[in-house]
Amino acid sequence: MSLLLESIRKTYREPSGSALPVLAIDRFEISRGEQVVLVGSSGGGKTTLLNIISGITLPDSGSVRIDDNDIASMPEVVRDRFRAERIGFVFQTFNLLPAFSALENVLLGMSFGSGKADKARARDLLDRVGLSARLDHRPEQMSVGEQQRVAVARAMANKPSLLLADEPTANVDTANQEKILDLIRSACKENETSLLMVTHTPDVATQFDRVDRLADFNKPEGTGS
Amino acid sequence: MNLVSIAWKSIKQRALPSTLTSLNVALGVMLIVAVLVCTSVVNRAFSQSAIPYDLVIGAKGSELQLVLSAVYRIEPAIGKLPYDFLKEVEADRRIVNAVPLVFGDTTEQGAFPIVGTTDTYFEMGATPDAPFRIRGERIGGPFDAIIGDRVARANDWDLGSEFKLVHGGEESDHVHDETFKVVGVLAPTMSANDKTVFISIDGFFQIGGHDVDFDQHERQVSAFYGSEPEKRDEKLKQIRAIRAERAAAPPGTHFHDNPDVLKSLAAIFVQTREKSRLMDTFSLSAEYRNGFKATAVNPIVPMQRLRQQMLGNIQKVLLWMSVLILLVSGVSIFVSIYNSMSDRRREISIMRALGAPRSSVFSIILAESVLLCFIGGLLGLLLGHGLVFVASGVIAKETGLLLNPWAFEPMELWVFPILFALAVLVGFLPALTAYRTDVARNL
Repeated sequence: MSLLLESIRKTYREPSGSALPVLAIDRFEISRGEQVVLVGSSGGGKTTLLNIISGITLPDSGSVRIDDNDIASMPEVVRDRFRAERIGFVFQTFNLLPAFSALENVLLGMSFGSGKADKARARDLLDRVGLSARLDHRPEQMSVGEQQRVAVARAMANKPSLLLADEPTANVDTANQEKILDLIRSACKENETSLLMVTHTPDVATQFDRVDRLADFNKPEGTGS
Repeated sequence: MNLVSIAWKSIKQRALPSTLTSLNVALGVMLIVAVLVCTSVVNRAFSQSAIPYDLVIGAKGSELQLVLSAVYRIEPAIGKLPYDFLKEVEADRRIVNAVPLVFGDTTEQGAFPIVGTTDTYFEMGATPDAPFRIRGERIGGPFDAIIGDRVARANDWDLGSEFKLVHGGEESDHVHDETFKVVGVLAPTMSANDKTVFISIDGFFQIGGHDVDFDQHERQVSAFYGSEPEKRDEKLKQIRAIRAERAAAPPGTHFHDNPDVLKSLAAIFVQTREKSRLMDTFSLSAEYRNGFKATAVNPIVPMQRLRQQMLGNIQKVLLWMSVLILLVSGVSIFVSIYNSMSDRRREISIMRALGAPRSSVFSIILAESVLLCFIGGLLGLLLGHGLVFVASGVIAKETGLLLNPWAFEPMELWVFPILFALAVLVGFLPALTAYRTDVARNL
């Protein structure tokens, strides 16, 4: 088992003071190496779910087990370290650091993990995503597709056991969407990394064997966020 | 990739504000360094470690003016001592070395002061711990000269160069006929010796135009030996006899070889016995003062007094101003980093999402503040010494103080711990903002 969510509850407090339940998931699991697409509407709690799985946000209750480690009960410092070493993140808006080159962005991903920035591996990762000629280019000097490929390389830098992808193709043109998805999937397969991709457009999910709808197992009492 | 290199990246990304912030720090450090260097030079110049003799003896008058004229060669001589007095001084068992000095003339080129003295001057050393280093030879003939380093560089003189002297005092436009030749060049001493031309005392007395003004000389001798009537009368008798003899000589005759009784000195440098230096200096000084003959003073005493009274306060004011500038620089670092925080919340959140702990993002911001201060500090050190370099010429000209712009003062090392403390202080709040950044909200 790579990921197991049990009895997850998350409620936000609105400025007016009223409660806004977002997540109420009794059980959700992903096996080792499994690739899953989670489809949900905008504001349906997809991003909150990813933040809870990665330990960025804590659930109000429930457990988040990754490789049998309950991330929700870890002290924050341990959780940060765990996230750096075991969880990769690909964001909708790429989230590359603008002052850093492609190579440095990948190295940065490594720095917070094992603490060792392996330049050779970073170069190799960028080579695999077809960016060996763009190592020293900063994000602003690269196309949108190239930026997302750097983000994929960075996410895989620490050989994570779980990759979380938040609408990774939403800002990429149609021609590049398939390439990015292929890249993410092949990288995960190669490392036996489990993949959880969330999207609100089911069209991109056609390649995946397992497609879940968040609304099917997330039953908050009110409207999600 | 360590935290410092991440901080450095962020500084480079905001190159202009970072440069301006560091420059602000640099200006504060520059002023502090300049003040420290100048203070240290003044302190050293006015301390015993800079002067190889214990007493300066001169005509009755201001102690300060005596020291300024004889030691620092800034002021004209306050009066004259009878040459014969040197013999009295030399005969005193408490005195190891007595060096006569005559001065008043300057070089025609550059107006550097001329000092007529004996070889003992050079044997006493540039400072108590450093002998004079002379390239060339010692003074042999009456028209040989040893020149200071600054004279050599300013006038482009070297061994073999020849020059003439301009008469000092009222006839300051009179150029003496005698031509002097450079036989030695002093290595830099960072003292008034660097701007001095030394000639032999015999040569000085042989220069035409230094003819004796008998009336004035008799007055000086009479005043000097006022408390010893027998000695005074004998000296006056000798002087008047020579005067009468010269009055009988044909008009226009120059008498270059004056007998000692007609010669005068501007000052005498005295070195006392090492074992009882303090006691000897004190007793000699008191004796000359009580005898109403001369002024005898340890050169450090009036200079320290002057430094304390005048320069001490100026130094304090300058130092406090520099510290205030540094504090303002600290505020500018704070404003610069703090203002950038709203733009950087996303970057910080990305790093946190990649697994950076809160302590790391806190440290990155703090490192940024420290780096800006450190760069500013380094730049300030360079600028500070550069400022001293630029100002040294003017200061030397106006005050006679010679500054070595590249001399490193140990006090300068304190700049960095102070800057570090300042950086931590002003970087703390922005770093805390980074520490508290809500990752989920800013991604």
